[in-house]
Amino acid sequence: MYEVRYLRPRSLTEAVQLYRTTPGCRPLAGGTDLMVMLHARTLRPEPQAVLDLWSLAELKGVRRAHDMLEIGAAEPYTGIIRSREVQQHLPALVAAARTIGAAQIQNRGTLGGNLANASPAGDTLPVLLAYDAIVVTDRRAIPIDQFFTGYRKTALQADELITAVRFPLGRQVAFRKVGTRAAQAIAKVVIAVCRDPARIAIGSVAEVPLRARGAEAALERGDVDGAVAAVANDIRPVDDVRSTAAYRRAVTQNILRELVR
Amino acid sequence: MRFTLNGRPVAFAGPGSRRLLDVLREDLGATGTKEGCGEGECGACSVLIDGEVVDSCLVAAGQVEGRDVVTVEGLALQDGRLSRLQQAFIEHGAAQCGICTPGMLLAAYVLLQRTQRLSADDVREGLAGNLCRCTGYTKIIDAVLSCTK
Repeated sequence: MYEVRYLRPRSLTEAVQLYRTTPGCRPLAGGTDLMVMLHARTLRPEPQAVLDLWSLAELKGVRRAHDMLEIGAAEPYTGIIRSREVQQHLPALVAAARTIGAAQIQNRGTLGGNLANASPAGDTLPVLLAYDAIVVTDRRAIPIDQFFTGYRKTALQADELITAVRFPLGRQVAFRKVGTRAAQAIAKVVIAVCRDPARIAIGSVAEVPLRARGAEAALERGDVDGAVAAVANDIRPVDDVRSTAAYRRAVTQNILRELVR
Repeated sequence: MRFTLNGRPVAFAGPGSRRLLDVLREDLGATGTKEGCGEGECGACSVLIDGEVVDSCLVAAGQVEGRDVVTVEGLALQDGRLSRLQQAFIEHGAAQCGICTPGMLLAAYVLLQRTQRLSADDVREGLAGNLCRCTGYTKIIDAVLSCTK
């Protein structure tokens, strides 16, 4: 375990200030990723402090903001799953949240954490891409398709905190995750698809969660066969402990055909 | 820092970035909570915070300041007798090596608190975050189902 200072700001303003002025500081929410890395000492550079955002009221809850639905960056998946408004407007997000770990993880994991961690296998991330979500930070709004810049790299600046995620309303998005087991699996492939506008977003098939632009262009023309063919070139899967590139390519094509049929 | 453990006020020394699991076991002697994987996969270290089940290996101890934590030591009745759920685990042979048992009990307790109308599938889903390395799942599920209506 790293011996790090524990900072618990009482407001978002204080959190932003502390994050800006504390060297080697890592934001902490539900801890489902960070606590493991703190204990196993696998963080580089070595952290000096954690900034506990978990209890900040400003980062919790689900609310309507203009014509969008806004979810606090530190709202746990359980809150997202139980929210009537999310169930009504963003059923694909509820479906994705229900596949994340089991109750223990759903009670702690957050959208802010999934985004900041930027794992290519992050279960909610293709859903965010399919909804054209907006990542709100302490200083700006970042369109989700500009957020992932490389393997576990994001557009966030070094002292920038995610505060919320905004979703446009009125989209129909379908979600599917393929893993080893129905519960508590890390995805081999995770897909979210919207027909209008055409959005095909896929996780675990490249170094980032990505939009399959070639397949989207075909789907926009109503060409389902073309979309299924094109998606194989849009993705860049690898062989790893969870699956093979060939399997991921085949299953991506099969699921895409099912979802756009 | 202070919180409530099984109904009693307790205190521990920082930093608050320590794992709740370590504070429970090492500082407070609540060794009923077990460490399995230490990565949030196995559920052996499950505890309740304000009534919600979490993996205590993933919780920074500072995050429970002022909150209500329940471990397996808090599941028995006030007079020390075992609860119906604990008794059911004994009667159904739902514990083998016992490492997963405290976490299984807490996850099952939350499930039964929410509703007593549970199917075997509901129990399987509710306990999906708790792995039994002896693979004694059938008897665990039977024990929980025996506590439903």
